[in-house]
Amino acid sequence: MKRYETSYFFREGIRGVFLHGFMSFAAVGVIVACLLIMGSFALLAFNLDAIIKDIQNNNEILVVLDEGLSREEFVRFGTTLSGRTDIMDNIAEYTPISKDQALADFAEKVDEEYRYLIEGFATDNPLRDRYVVKLIDVNQMQDTVLKLEALNGVAQVYARLDIAQNLVRLRNAMNTISLLLILILLAVSAFIISNTVKLATFDRREEIGIMRVVGATKSFVRWPFVIEGFLLGLIGSIIAFFLQWRVYALLTERISEGLSGIALIKTVSFGEILAPVLGIFLLAGFLVGVGGSVLTIRKFLRV
Amino acid sequence: MVRLVDVYKAYGSGTRALKGVTLRIDDGEFIFLVGPSGSGKSTIIKLLTGELRPTEGRVQVNGYNIGALRQRDVPYLRRTLGVIFQDFRLIEKKSVYENVAFAMRVVGASPREIKLRVPYVLDLVGLSHKARRRPLELSGGEQQRVAIARALINNPKMIIADEPTGNLDPARSLEIMMLLERINALGTTVLAVTHEKELVNRFAKRVVAIDGGRIISDKTGGYYQYEAIRN
Repeated sequence: MKRYETSYFFREGIRGVFLHGFMSFAAVGVIVACLLIMGSFALLAFNLDAIIKDIQNNNEILVVLDEGLSREEFVRFGTTLSGRTDIMDNIAEYTPISKDQALADFAEKVDEEYRYLIEGFATDNPLRDRYVVKLIDVNQMQDTVLKLEALNGVAQVYARLDIAQNLVRLRNAMNTISLLLILILLAVSAFIISNTVKLATFDRREEIGIMRVVGATKSFVRWPFVIEGFLLGLIGSIIAFFLQWRVYALLTERISEGLSGIALIKTVSFGEILAPVLGIFLLAGFLVGVGGSVLTIRKFLRV
Repeated sequence: MVRLVDVYKAYGSGTRALKGVTLRIDDGEFIFLVGPSGSGKSTIIKLLTGELRPTEGRVQVNGYNIGALRQRDVPYLRRTLGVIFQDFRLIEKKSVYENVAFAMRVVGASPREIKLRVPYVLDLVGLSHKARRRPLELSGGEQQRVAIARALINNPKMIIADEPTGNLDPARSLEIMMLLERINALGTTVLAVTHEKELVNRFAKRVVAIDGGRIISDKTGGYYQYEAIRN
């Protein structure tokens, strides 16, 4: 393609965007809305995934042993555990904590003014020996807990089973909803773009007819419309990107302010995902804009 | 050069528009194609511009075999032709200059070529002084001259004029025909479809008469011969 042809196509494409002002505005608006909704769901799902991964990475369950176990029995439990390959398959690491150590750790967490209460337990420790177990796969938590509970010497296993399972369920639901929404909204955006271009081509069908009569190739006729669609997609995706950035920043700010006490909620900062989000938005805008144009212009070229 | 050899054209509806048409138009000729509505004139024009394909027979236009023409070659066939319509078909939003330049741009001409060629052709049709006007600011005759300039701009081998004077008064019609004659004198083949008997007779060119999808007369010297045959 020659340089003057390229500049002509761009001029005509830009002219088209302004010439069909209202439809262009509507198309950009729809792209922005669709990308924002898609982006928000995708980011929510992404964050949930990150939280679940975080829980998996830091997921500890507490195996409390029976009261009155001797020192040897406490150590032997660790040997028994490491010998059970069916349980160890899902255990990243385990740490034995004696009841004295547990009491000391607990005392450290208690405020100074109430520490005297703990001192009373020094001679009669109510805590028990325990093992802190870090899991590999949170999805198999329930199975691992059941196996641990069945071991000799285990009094109780404390696990955040419900939280982990709910998060996994929520993430799976979010992934499905996000995927469905993305597909629906992409189709809606392409439909709107297609209508914008349809209106533009209908408005210029006479001109297209004349172009064809004087010997314009199909690609020559098509390019300005493709560029018009591309520009609409590009403008829409850039606006959506900045809005998404703002919305995300506001939401994560609120979450971290409101839920600062809950260590479980950790959001991914937008800076970390800026490049992929921009890339995906631009790609989606490009596909919707150019795709909508190409599909629409085809039937107007049969002259 | 144009050659139609035993051409038949039937539409999907069953209408048989052409029934064995054979016609030869040599380079540099000026031909009037006459005939009543529905006689097959438009079908011949559509075959020549590659809009339609013959059902049977052979259509050869400036080296292109229309029956075997690939869709992607149609624009290149059309670049060898200049087509003029009864309703001018100008782009209202563009000036006279832009309407003509536009036809050069679509065939990939450079801005420099456009700047050189457009004023020349506008001068040829006598519209240099109205280059900046919009089509709706011009008379019908002037609009048709813009259309002729657009048809001429890519230096076609042949001009096809489909009822070029249908919307014009007799004086303007004569002007347009004289302009086409001048263009023909410069070496471009002209095929004019018209109903204007007096105009046809006045120019005493080759007249091909078609009726019912068949060529019923092909002679030099006027429309009345065709009427005589019909009656």
